[in-house]
Amino acid sequence: MDSAGEVVNDGKITLEGFTVAARAFADKWKRHNLSFPPWSWIPLINRTMLKKEEGYLSLEKIIILSSLEESAEEESLDVTADWSEKEESVDLTVLVQNVEDEAHYYDYHIVYSASYMVPMLYFRGYSSDGKPLSLDVIKRDLPSSSVSLLLESKWTFITQEEHPYLNRPWFKLHPCGTEEWIKLLSESSSSDGCQIPVELYLVSWFSVVGQVVGLKIPREMLI
Amino acid sequence: MAANEEEAVKYVWEGAIPLQIHLHKSEVASHPPPPPALVLAPRIGYLPLLVHLIKPYFKDSLPPGEDSIWFDYKGLPLKWYIPTGVLFDLLCAEPERPWNLTIHFRGYPSNVLIPCEGEDSIKWNFVNSLKEAAYIINGNCKNVMNMSQSDQEDLWTSVMNGDLDAYTRLSPKIKMENIEDEFSRKASVSSPQSRQGGTEIDVAGQVKTARVPVRLYVRSVSKDFENLEDVPEMDTWDEISYLNRPVEFLRKEGSNFIILKMRCTVLMIFTWLYGKCFTLRDAIESLLPEYIRDRAQTSGEEGEQRTTDASDVSQETRGELKLVRIQGIEMKLEIPFSWVVNNLMNPEFYLHVSVLVKEPQR
Repeated sequence: MDSAGEVVNDGKITLEGFTVAARAFADKWKRHNLSFPPWSWIPLINRTMLKKEEGYLSLEKIIILSSLEESAEEESLDVTADWSEKEESVDLTVLVQNVEDEAHYYDYHIVYSASYMVPMLYFRGYSSDGKPLSLDVIKRDLPSSSVSLLLESKWTFITQEEHPYLNRPWFKLHPCGTEEWIKLLSESSSSDGCQIPVELYLVSWFSVVGQVVGLKIPREMLI
Repeated sequence: MAANEEEAVKYVWEGAIPLQIHLHKSEVASHPPPPPALVLAPRIGYLPLLVHLIKPYFKDSLPPGEDSIWFDYKGLPLKWYIPTGVLFDLLCAEPERPWNLTIHFRGYPSNVLIPCEGEDSIKWNFVNSLKEAAYIINGNCKNVMNMSQSDQEDLWTSVMNGDLDAYTRLSPKIKMENIEDEFSRKASVSSPQSRQGGTEIDVAGQVKTARVPVRLYVRSVSKDFENLEDVPEMDTWDEISYLNRPVEFLRKEGSNFIILKMRCTVLMIFTWLYGKCFTLRDAIESLLPEYIRDRAQTSGEEGEQRTTDASDVSQETRGELKLVRIQGIEMKLEIPFSWVVNNLMNPEFYLHVSVLVKEPQR
């Protein structure tokens, strides 16, 4: 196995490469994705180890309101249908309160897998009282395109597993096949078929993975 | 040496922990409360698989309702997907026999433990770990993905039943590449052709990197201790650093060339003399660089010629590896790592290592 440079040829990335790619990703996100809070780098430091250079990316407390999803066209149709059956005067304060009750909070962590040598996305959802959301509820917050992808594709399925560092159950996007589509991305994006520069590895990765969970990245980040 | 290695695997599969399982007092609905269940738990097995043996002891005492079973040791909820032997080695610094555990049939702590829906969850976890190990060893999971459904089932059943013979018959179907070094004879379990006297060496004499699946569980203490009994209890899993990452080592080809096709004992002597062996210590230090031992202090014990490093940092301020346990054995760290892997790994091809360390001082 070769590590000429930081990004190994076949779509995988080394730990050192991940650290570099993560910082580059966080910087670009901060500059170009102003509608979202920035990602934080959480170093792995504890009593046993001083791994300053190792860590993961964290984006927390992202609010997803089902009524605001673009794919919620069908849902909003249902909603209006409901309302038309109710009294004509709609109580606005009640409306606002309903929206808040439906607010789901999401945390996302991008963690390096030393086994598969690719990043992995861990996420969890919870309601405003902190109660964790089940996968069924979470699936309703995902873009409808993801849900069908989840059902059909072999690489985008979500499992409940323990977070590698936090000793809590999180959801994980299955990594198998990651290096294959990263390879495809790098082949199609550059004329001489070179591999993706390490600074863009996570950006490319997230341009695909983020879509599954409804997080889009602006095109400017891909440059 | 060859005969010993097959024996080692047998000992691993036959290893078991005597458990004394108490029903949690909040769930005792009968008077007098039921006596604890006594169960012999296979080291390579998983606690939820024992429920069918345990439940009969308590079924008359349980309150009505659905079961959601979990175990705790002195209040610490036990992660069901960690093999029983590993839990014991890690949580009982001083081995407790029988090991006293508490079983719960209600109140699953789902904020802390991932759900367990019986045998299916455990099987899924096993197959997933096997895929991950395959990816590490072979570079892809094709070998596992290509196994037929019935072969996967049979493999899982052999593990569940602790049936080494069945497992040995089935493991060639997994097509896992050999984790080889001069000492590996376990290769004979996964691939027939290395039953001959020699090891397979790349004739071009290249240096290859082997990746070995390892799960390292590190418990640390801040102060030194005289006896293992003095190691404080664990309150939360946050006190353990869990490292699920492969050990990478170079398989040195230089000295091998001379000793191609010789018997193992001779191989050992040659390699020891040339001092090129990758030991268990080397493996652990590669995962925990903060615990690299000062070489100046090792030359006396190991009887090898090493250049002494003039180091200003004394051993006290570095961290120290106090205890390394694999399959219940307190390991001598100078053992060749490849032997450890090939003989002491779990059926999913992972080597689980429990380590007790003294923290580095800062």
